[in-house]
Amino acid sequence: MADTRDIELTVNGESHAANVETRTSLGDFLRHGLGLTGTHMGCEHGVCGACTVMVDGEAVRSCLMLAVQANGQEVTTVEGLAEDDGTLNALQAAFWKHHGLQCGFCTPGMLTSLTAFLRDNPDPSERDVREAISGNICRCTGYQGIVDAALDAAKTMQKGS
Amino acid sequence: MKPAPFTYHDPTTADEAVALLATHEDAKILAGGQSLMPMLNMRFVVPDHVVDLNRIDGIAGVRDTGDSIEIGAMTRQRDLMRDGVIAAKAPIIPAALHWVGHFQTRNRGTIGGSLCHLDPAAELPCLMALYDAELTVQGPDGARKVSFAEWPLAYMLPSIGPDELLTSVSVPHWGGNTGHGFVEFSRRHGDFAIVAAGALLTVEGGKITRAAISIGGADVRPIRLTDAETALVGAAPDAAENKGAFKAAAEIARGIEAMSDAYVSSAYRQRLAATLVERALSAAAKNLNGSA
Ligand code: FES
Ligand code: FES
Repeated sequence: MADTRDIELTVNGESHAANVETRTSLGDFLRHGLGLTGTHMGCEHGVCGACTVMVDGEAVRSCLMLAVQANGQEVTTVEGLAEDDGTLNALQAAFWKHHGLQCGFCTPGMLTSLTAFLRDNPDPSERDVREAISGNICRCTGYQGIVDAALDAAKTMQKGS
Repeated sequence: MKPAPFTYHDPTTADEAVALLATHEDAKILAGGQSLMPMLNMRFVVPDHVVDLNRIDGIAGVRDTGDSIEIGAMTRQRDLMRDGVIAAKAPIIPAALHWVGHFQTRNRGTIGGSLCHLDPAAELPCLMALYDAELTVQGPDGARKVSFAEWPLAYMLPSIGPDELLTSVSVPHWGGNTGHGFVEFSRRHGDFAIVAAGALLTVEGGKITRAAISIGGADVRPIRLTDAETALVGAAPDAAENKGAFKAAAEIARGIEAMSDAYVSSAYRQRLAATLVERALSAAAKNLNGSA
C-alpha cells in the first residue's frame, strides 16, 4: 500500500492541506497536486535548475526535495513572483526587456534563483550573476540576455528601495 | 524518473533515528538529499525505508569549543559559508565550498551528507583529510569517535555501520600565523573536481613550522601528502625565496597513485595534482593572517 502523509504548507501566500505519497517530489506535488505548472521539471536529478523554487526564502531544487519535507514550510514558485496587481515585477520586466527568455523552459528556475540571489546580493557584478545561474541550464538564449536582465533588475530594485 | 515506493520516517531525535536504522533492514538516511534524491529518482537505489534527518534538533550548527570547531552533521553547506566562527578560524572551508555544486544545492546539502556519500572528488572530504577532523558516530551502543584518516575504507565506503549515524565533525584550530589555499580543476564550475588540492601553512619567525596538504579526486579517497608536509618545515613561505620548496612538494604530488577513467588518465591527474599543490601552497603563503 502506498505510504502517504498529511501535509500542510503555504504556497505563494496561500495555505494548502493535502495527502501526499511520501515518494512524491515537491516539484511534482506543486504541478500535479496544486496545478501550479509554472515550475518546470527538466532533468529530475538536480542538474538543470528548471525546477528551482524558494522554500522558506531559500532557492532549492524541487526535484531533490520530497513534498512531505515541505510540511509546515513556505514555498514560493514562479507564480508567486508578480506584483499584487498581476503586473510583472522588476526582475520579470527586465527579462522581458532584455530578451532573457526564448522558449521559457528555464525561466521559472532562473527567476526564482535570481530572486533569492538579488535579495542577498543587491549589487552584484556580472561575474557574480554568472556564478549564481551556473546551476541553471538555458538551451536557448546563450545567457547574455539573462545576465543583462539580472544586472538591470538589480539597479531598478536598488533605486526602488 | 520517480523514486520507487518506500516507507518514510522523520524522527525528531538522533536516538530515534538510530533505533529506526537498527529495526529496519534496507534503510537509507536522507540528509540534504543532493546525492540521495537523484539516485532515488533514477532508481539507482531502491530502499525499503528512508530515514529523513531534517526534523532532528541538535545535529546542526557550529560551536567553538576553544581548541576546535564542532560542526553538526546536518549543518547545511550554505550555513558553513555564512558562519562567523568558521570564517575566523577555518576560512579555507567557505573558500572551498564556493566550488561545491551551486548555491541552490548548497542551500540543502549538508556536511554530514557529503562525508557519508564520500565521493572521491568531493571538496568536504578533502578538507576533513587536510585537518584530520574527528567524526562522531552514534550507534545503538552509544557514540564513538573516528579520525578522518580511518573514515574512507574504499571507494565511496565510509567506516559506518548500517545502524549508525554521523552526528558531528570536529575540526581542530590551527592557530598562529596560518594561511590557507584551496584550488581545483573541473570542466564546468560546480562539477565535482577532477583534482582538488588544499593546503595549510603556519609560519613563525619567517619559516614554515607546520604544513598540511591534501589532494582530492586523484584516488578513491583524499590523499595527505605527509612527506611533502615534513619537507616544507623550515622553508621560507615565499616561493621566490624558498629554493624550490613548493616545487619539491609538487614533485611529490606528481608521484601519487592516481585513478584513471574513460575521460581522464592517471598521468593527467598526477600532472594536475602537481600544479594544484604548488598553487595551493602559494595561495596559503600569500594569505597568512594569524586567524586561520
Ligand atoms: S528538474 Fe530539478 S534540477 Fe533539473
Ligand atoms: S529560454 Fe529556452 S531554455 Fe532558456
